[in-house]
Amino acid sequence: MTRSGSDRSLASLVDLEQGLVSRELYVNPDIYQQELEQIYARAWLFVGHESMVPNPGDFFLSRMGEESVILVRDERGKLHALLNTCRHRGNKVCRYDDGNTRVFTCSFHGWSYDTDGRLVGVPHYEAAFEGALDKEQFGLHEVAQLANLNGSIWATWDSKAPSFEDYLGAFEPTIRHCFDASDGTENGVELVLPMQKFRLPTNWKFAAFSFDGDALHGSTTHRSLSVFREAGVAVMADEQGTAAAETRAAEQEGRRIVQRGGPYATTLELSSRQLGHGSHRNLYEKPIDEIPYVPTWEKYEPPEVEEYYRRAWERRGKKFAGHYLHAFGGAHVFPNINVQDNRHLIWHPHGVGMTESWRIFPVDKSAPQVVREATLRYAIRSCGASGVTESDDMENWNYAMEASSGTVARRLSYPFKSGLGGAYDDERVPGMTVNQLSAEENQRSRLRRWVQFMEAKSWDDLYPVKKG
Amino acid sequence: MSVDARSHSREQAIDRLLLRTEIEDFLYHEAELLDERRYSDWIDLVAEDVHYHMPIRRNVKFGEWDREYSRAGVESSWFDEDKRTLVGRVRQLETGVHWCEEPASRTRHIVSNVQLVRADGDEVEVRCRFVIYKNRSQDLENLFIGKREDVLRRDDETGWKITRRRIVLDQNVLLAKDMNILF
Repeated sequence: MTRSGSDRSLASLVDLEQGLVSRELYVNPDIYQQELEQIYARAWLFVGHESMVPNPGDFFLSRMGEESVILVRDERGKLHALLNTCRHRGNKVCRYDDGNTRVFTCSFHGWSYDTDGRLVGVPHYEAAFEGALDKEQFGLHEVAQLANLNGSIWATWDSKAPSFEDYLGAFEPTIRHCFDASDGTENGVELVLPMQKFRLPTNWKFAAFSFDGDALHGSTTHRSLSVFREAGVAVMADEQGTAAAETRAAEQEGRRIVQRGGPYATTLELSSRQLGHGSHRNLYEKPIDEIPYVPTWEKYEPPEVEEYYRRAWERRGKKFAGHYLHAFGGAHVFPNINVQDNRHLIWHPHGVGMTESWRIFPVDKSAPQVVREATLRYAIRSCGASGVTESDDMENWNYAMEASSGTVARRLSYPFKSGLGGAYDDERVPGMTVNQLSAEENQRSRLRRWVQFMEAKSWDDLYPVKKG
Repeated sequence: MSVDARSHSREQAIDRLLLRTEIEDFLYHEAELLDERRYSDWIDLVAEDVHYHMPIRRNVKFGEWDREYSRAGVESSWFDEDKRTLVGRVRQLETGVHWCEEPASRTRHIVSNVQLVRADGDEVEVRCRFVIYKNRSQDLENLFIGKREDVLRRDDETGWKITRRRIVLDQNVLLAKDMNILF
């Protein structure tokens, strides 16, 4: 993309009508620094789940943007998200991944904080600080807003941000129901700790902006998955390698990319163009209770596993009888969180060319051990740095960054042209636009939202404005 | 056979030494197969009922050591594999289009500190340390260091088989973008 000499604005780097985006967005360290301020210090971010901190004093070391944040349940049972930095000289006050504690004590000068963040202990207080230091003023820095959506916990540093519900807009039910048990029981999952964390040398947007927005990569990136069909191993995303094989066949024959929604469903790209959220999810031809269960586990796991999920499907069908449940199953929440019903993926910025990637796996709270084991095994084998599916994504995102960073390479722009102009409204999913699965509409939506965040002076200039 | 050195006669000590040498030879052979990318030969050393597990390691408070390693099947892990999935991984490595291993890594599996923990009939429990150096493409480098706890079973016709492998990696946040080599 060419920039005119006078226009140095960020908006000039993103031309969504033409579907052209400057590589600078992904490789420029100054732009990255602005993202931390403009996006990560204002957007709603995922910080954890009730099940990670069930009891008073339980904590889980989370993260918002580049910064360490403690999710903790205080003595009265209330949840807090606190910046992990001592108010005295800034040292970490929590250095464990998770656990239970009565206080967080800094290892530098011994300042200690209650589980609600209040400064409760200052060594040598009377001798050194009495009269000069008001402890009330120096509690741990707490997020401006905390939201609990069906057990999942989200936070923002900005008091002017709209409610989390408004932030999600039309995708609220999609996200909320990801934290139901598979039989539809509300707040029915446990997020299993410890989680997988790994460092991926790429800009966070390569991963975060393409996941659930790039159906076209599967047949090339995940080509090698077809061997798992022969080995009799189920693989997430491209079940037994079938999707990859079929997509390739479709490509060769010039057909459109295959849908993968199962019976009575069409998988499409669903976008919130105003909010930047989006997913690859189903529109159904029948209400959920009229759609039969598709056997999934019988070839690979003990029969109890199939039985459990079959019964759960039927109970869920009864609970939502008559409803279509369009777009259920998960979505990407702007900027960097992808919530699905079988895994959550977070891409934390860790420098312009580094991403700390987290994989968290949910299991039904009430699942018997045999089901828990099978569910976890299935997720672990596919996901993250050691997963047979995603490891190939890491490779491509890694070298896309390196090969885009050169003086000449970064002058070029990326085309986001698939399905350009093809989005349409569909009354079945109000508040979302629909495009074919292979469209890059979700990537364009995230980039559109990116520009808005980067240019807005405050939440007053961002949709939706806080009510009241 | 007990591996408690104090109760050993000289004869028992020699038996133990010979067994350890035999096990060491097996472990070195395995390392050679992996470093030479003979994955199909390596998978033949893996028993049908294998459990291959790499836990995730938490940062925990002093003394809470029982919480340090994630438990297979109950918590998340880096690897929680059986024979079918390992066969799948080996075949995937041999496709030539498993991009995180194409071009293939240069690896060196260094195995040391081999200790026999237990030997019962045809089964041996063996502990070792590993250093795996991985160098790939032009400048990609990873170092995987840790401890392995193996259970090996003697098969009269085909030799030793790996029936259990627990791999303890000395990392918390994995400092590699992918980890699809075999340990």
